[in-house]
Amino acid sequence: MAVAALVALPVLVVAANLLVPSAEVWEHLAATVLPSYVANSLWLMLGVGGAVAVGGVGTAWLVTMCRVPCHRTLEWALLLPMAMPTYVVAYTYTGLLDFAGPVQSTLRALFGWHSARDYWFPEIRSLGGAIAVMAMVLYPYVYMLARAAFLEQSVCALEASRTLGRRPWRAFLEVALPLARPAIAAGVALALMETLNDFGTVHYFAVDTFTTGIYRTWLGLGQPAVAAQLGAVLMLFVLALVLVERMSRGAARFHHTTGRYRQLPRLPLPPLGAAAALAFCALPLVLGFLLPAAVLAGWAVQAGWRRNLGGDFLHLAGNSLILAAVAGVVAALVALPLTYAQRLRPTRLVKACVRVAGLGYAVPGSVIAVGTLVPLTAIDRSLGALVLTGTIVALVYAYLVRFLAVSANAVEASLGKVTPSMEAAARTLGETALGTLRRVHLPLVRTSLLSAVLLVFVDVMKELPATLIMRPFNFDTLATRTFTLASDERLADAAAPALAIMLVGLLPVVLLSRAITRSRPGAQP
Amino acid sequence: MRLFPGSALLAAIALLATTAQAAEVNVYSARKDHLLKPVLAAFTRQTDITVNLLSAGEDQLLERLKSEGPTSPADVFIATDVAYLHKARVAGVLQPVRSAVLERNIPAQFRDPQGYWVGLSARARVLFYAKDRVKPGEVSTYEDLADPKWKGRICVRSSSSPYNQSLLAGLIAVLGPEKAEQWAKGVVDNMARKPQGGDRDQIAAVAAGLCDVAIANTYYYGGMQTSEKAADRDAAAKVGLLFPNQQGRGAHMNVAGGGVAIGAKHRDEAVKLLEFLSGADAQRLFAEANNEFPVLPSAKLAPTVAAWGPFKGESINVAMLGENTPLAVRIFDRVGWR
Repeated sequence: MAVAALVALPVLVVAANLLVPSAEVWEHLAATVLPSYVANSLWLMLGVGGAVAVGGVGTAWLVTMCRVPCHRTLEWALLLPMAMPTYVVAYTYTGLLDFAGPVQSTLRALFGWHSARDYWFPEIRSLGGAIAVMAMVLYPYVYMLARAAFLEQSVCALEASRTLGRRPWRAFLEVALPLARPAIAAGVALALMETLNDFGTVHYFAVDTFTTGIYRTWLGLGQPAVAAQLGAVLMLFVLALVLVERMSRGAARFHHTTGRYRQLPRLPLPPLGAAAALAFCALPLVLGFLLPAAVLAGWAVQAGWRRNLGGDFLHLAGNSLILAAVAGVVAALVALPLTYAQRLRPTRLVKACVRVAGLGYAVPGSVIAVGTLVPLTAIDRSLGALVLTGTIVALVYAYLVRFLAVSANAVEASLGKVTPSMEAAARTLGETALGTLRRVHLPLVRTSLLSAVLLVFVDVMKELPATLIMRPFNFDTLATRTFTLASDERLADAAAPALAIMLVGLLPVVLLSRAITRSRPGAQP
Repeated sequence: MRLFPGSALLAAIALLATTAQAAEVNVYSARKDHLLKPVLAAFTRQTDITVNLLSAGEDQLLERLKSEGPTSPADVFIATDVAYLHKARVAGVLQPVRSAVLERNIPAQFRDPQGYWVGLSARARVLFYAKDRVKPGEVSTYEDLADPKWKGRICVRSSSSPYNQSLLAGLIAVLGPEKAEQWAKGVVDNMARKPQGGDRDQIAAVAAGLCDVAIANTYYYGGMQTSEKAADRDAAAKVGLLFPNQQGRGAHMNVAGGGVAIGAKHRDEAVKLLEFLSGADAQRLFAEANNEFPVLPSAKLAPTVAAWGPFKGESINVAMLGENTPLAVRIFDRVGWR
């Protein structure tokens, strides 16, 4: 309870601004820019949501259930785009596809065009471009959770459906998909929250969304209260989305009743189908990871590795790694008792606290970072000295506020694997609630707990606004270095640290994939 | 060099006695690390004062300063646009400083009248034109850009950039709000494309033939002229730099600068740092590293900058710009300059 309240505090700070009256500014916004903010945000969510659902579920099903060539490699490789900060991918595609980029230059050389007026080329800096880039980087959230769900589905349920006359395709549509729905919804929700809190990409692509609107209202108009109100509206919107999904699921619950699992036989595919499946799976991997990574590597070489990484590269990487690891572990440690409490005693208050604490993820990073500063500095000021602000403790707290939803989602999903019957059995046999958690739940959810840690780890590696605003003096990470170089319109120079973020992020992503594979019930640990 | 070596010595002794540790100064800076760090290193070499640096965006630093209040460890706040310096002053996170050195080194138009902040390097926001498509004399003022003959020919970045906000704030100051709004409307009607990208992108777009005239800060052009990349240099070569309003009030000027934080625990060192930054050595470093105009009149221009020739800059105090910024943003919203 207390922990949830602590994490929810910054969110409440943001929400408290709703009470500041500011009708005049709202009138100005509504008459000028608000309609386009809303329209763009909705289109963006619709586009990204649809694309990540299709891409994530499709790839997950194919690599898990079908005989796709190279499925062993694809299983983990499909997670790789997660290691890419979205705005970095946006930079690389702009570099690749804008007027001066190699694609258009080659076309000009081929057809003898001279200026931009001689031909038409799709504008990468557009709503469509933003949707494409975000979908490429965010689909792994859906892929990962959907895959874990498919893996958990017992062969029994699927074979029962086959026995009852369902063909594989319909078994997928009518049995596997509905069973995996909570996981898919959780993945899409994570992707959409990332979409909503993104500033870098939409700003770079000149798409005015709610988030860029918040920044402009805050910084340009000098109206932080109204900006926070916009942020609060955004939070309410996300809350509504989550509720709608939950309500549509209704009272349906999905638990397996049998503990008997068997390795699922993969569906054989005809050669043409296998090729198509391979293409479908390879496309997001190439677009979301290989191509941007290659472009970054090219820039890094061109700009000179040594100059931009300098002597302090190991230092920067060390800072990033330590922060991310500590934050990941702390977030998982907080998420476990929270979700367990919610399951054990699902009172309104506990539920509300957990929900509000999770909202930090959907709020634009800078806004929530400021919300985090307020309680911290209030404590410092009451003590008359700086105890918290500008320390690593404050940073980890900020990460907790931002990313608790990520680890809580993963933990919640894994606790779902512990069926109520197991819990009931343990309690009947005289185990206490805590003892049940330790002796029944923990062994069962150990690997999923690891994925909760790793997910936050990867997010913290990429995190920027909270790190920028809360960090101590003379303290830099790979992300802050990327930012300082990129914000000076020196994209090529930023390539080396960006590439480093990605490389350091690769290891946990690969670990994550192995954890998921092992999470299959009945699989050898 | 020192006029009173004795007092400096006394001050040094007093400093040692009170702090009993190495002197230091804490800096919150929004200037790029690679520009600031060499200058700070030179300061430490000269004064033996250690500099602790926290680099982030102005908005983030301002929020942190505001919420830390008097407990803030910051001694100096450094920003890249006068709009932010003004905001910091209004937010009450800066304190006034009186320093003969600062007043001697920095022209009054680049300082806050009450001494809350000082400009440390100046830049002009000027026009760039396609050498092959725009004849000399076709455009000579900012006001010209609102003329319908430029329809579909102008590139400029988003109005979320403080540089554009300060530009319009300046026009509000000299033309009045109505005329400034008409001007902004006219420019929007003439845009070749939806505002996007940074200042370099606008100059590159002129070179690429997407538009004929662009608005951008001088040092970005200098950066392209001296770039290691051939593509940047080629683009800059196709584009000419034009200082507008030379027959009238002059080109729009802005500054990057700094001030002393309200709760500075190392106030003397903070002032010393600002003084150092306004001095000949630091001014030369700023000018060379980023192709900016030094505020110290006697400092030498970088060769690239000197090649643009002498020009007339606006003489209004840059502090005026900060005051008009919120109104400027509203005007941008109304005329649809995204």
